[in-house]
Amino acid sequence: MALLEARKLYARYGESDVLHGIDLEVAQGSIVALLGANGSGKTTTLRALTGGVRTSGNVLFDDREIAGLPPEAVARLGIAHVPEGRGTLGSFTVRENLSMGAYTIKDGKRSKARYEKLVGYFPWLVDRREQPAGLLSGGEQQMLAIARALMMEPRVILLDEPSLGLAPIIVKRIFEILRTINREDGVTIVIAEQDAAAALALADTAYVLEVGRVAISGPSADLAGNEQLRKSYLGY
Amino acid sequence: MNELAQQIVSGLATGSIYASMALALVLIYRSMGVINFAQGEMAMFSTYLAWQFAQQGMPLWIAFPLTIAIAFAGAVALERVVVRPVERAAPLTVVILCLGLLITFNGLAGWIWGYTVRTFPSPFPTTPLHIGSAAFSSQDLGIIAVSLLSLGAISLFFGKTKLGLAMRAAALYPESSRVLGVRVGWMLALGWGMAAAVGALSGLMVAPVVLLEPNMMQGILVYAFAAAVLGGIDSPVGAVVGGLALGVGLNLIGAYVPVIGTDLQLTTAFGIIIVILLFRPAGLFGRRTMRRV
Repeated sequence: MALLEARKLYARYGESDVLHGIDLEVAQGSIVALLGANGSGKTTTLRALTGGVRTSGNVLFDDREIAGLPPEAVARLGIAHVPEGRGTLGSFTVRENLSMGAYTIKDGKRSKARYEKLVGYFPWLVDRREQPAGLLSGGEQQMLAIARALMMEPRVILLDEPSLGLAPIIVKRIFEILRTINREDGVTIVIAEQDAAAALALADTAYVLEVGRVAISGPSADLAGNEQLRKSYLGY
Repeated sequence: MNELAQQIVSGLATGSIYASMALALVLIYRSMGVINFAQGEMAMFSTYLAWQFAQQGMPLWIAFPLTIAIAFAGAVALERVVVRPVERAAPLTVVILCLGLLITFNGLAGWIWGYTVRTFPSPFPTTPLHIGSAAFSSQDLGIIAVSLLSLGAISLFFGKTKLGLAMRAAALYPESSRVLGVRVGWMLALGWGMAAAVGALSGLMVAPVVLLEPNMMQGILVYAFAAAVLGGIDSPVGAVVGGLALGVGLNLIGAYVPVIGTDLQLTTAFGIIIVILLFRPAGLFGRRTMRRV
């Protein structure tokens, strides 16, 4: 069953349409990759799913219509969005960033338990607790953004280009952590990525976007295994 | 020595009024990027409410907290109903709205209570407090104590509570806060409420000194604005330090530099502020924003 679904989703900034009727299904517990070149609509798709842009069409979460809800309401339903630029609260400490992640969780004990669990994934967080998040390296900020999103106890987490500007070895580590939280904690993941090879290796299903439309979609193994598709749509 | 101590204490008393009002201005500025020029008139209006309650025979220890609560709730409602439609408009639009509110509150107070200057009951004893051979006005000490307590409480609220953290996040990083589930609009309204509450408190403290009339807060707002800019317009700590420094500085200039006296003390103080700002454009505690060209 689809946990998150878009049907004929259109999105516009000002006068121009950016998405032209996207259909998307994210199965419960799966990892879905959104691929495509710069400007193909990956970021806008994530924003359209979370109320960050004006849309028409349907967005269903747990079979409930959520299109038109503002981002804060979408977040409260259990959809965590790590936006473009990671949304780091730069002048806040690492601890304050994490605490803001748990903003919607009223039960302090649950947040504390959650924090203890996250420290297992990101042990370095402990030593950097009192540092301003803006002083972390790009990779650390990306990990902090993921950790902060996980503090929300989300059912699905949407990531916008987590590999952007990071060294390959850091990207590898981040993707390993994503795989772990998907498998062990059952968090559904939607990941928009330019690094198609890495994303296909991680995801169960992939959608390739071209100028605001789904050009092709299917199991990521099929896409990765078909050289012709790969060359014409993903350029590698 | 005694006289100097007395001058400093009395400067700290007026300074803590400026500091409270400056903090109110900073609270709004940080989240909206504009100075709420109506802040002073809102405080004045609240002070009239307290006076009205006292006239009805309500004891001050009920009338004052009640007034502050009304100021808080009223400002939250004001933000939601009047300010919200222009939240995303250009800063000048918001400034015009604030000026409109200034005129409205001023006119309303005159219409309801008239322009007669009225005495206002002081919550503090009138007998001076002797420490050693120096005598301090209980009123001054009371104002300092109440202001510092309220400023301390506010700083604890912003530093230690989750809601305070969310209000700071909403002001500095609205988009990032929204994806974390923060209702940014309501945080803004809460900010208006808190600013109005702090403003009302300073109105209540200063009214026995400057006496109650519809224009009583206008001069104070100018000082508060200067204090906020001196401290760094986006820094709550700066607002408090700036307010206290301005209060003490003005008092000392007036008392010890006879050439300047009370007539030119304000001009001199502003001159000093401008010189400081030439060297520290972001104010004493303000964040320097880099602008790349």
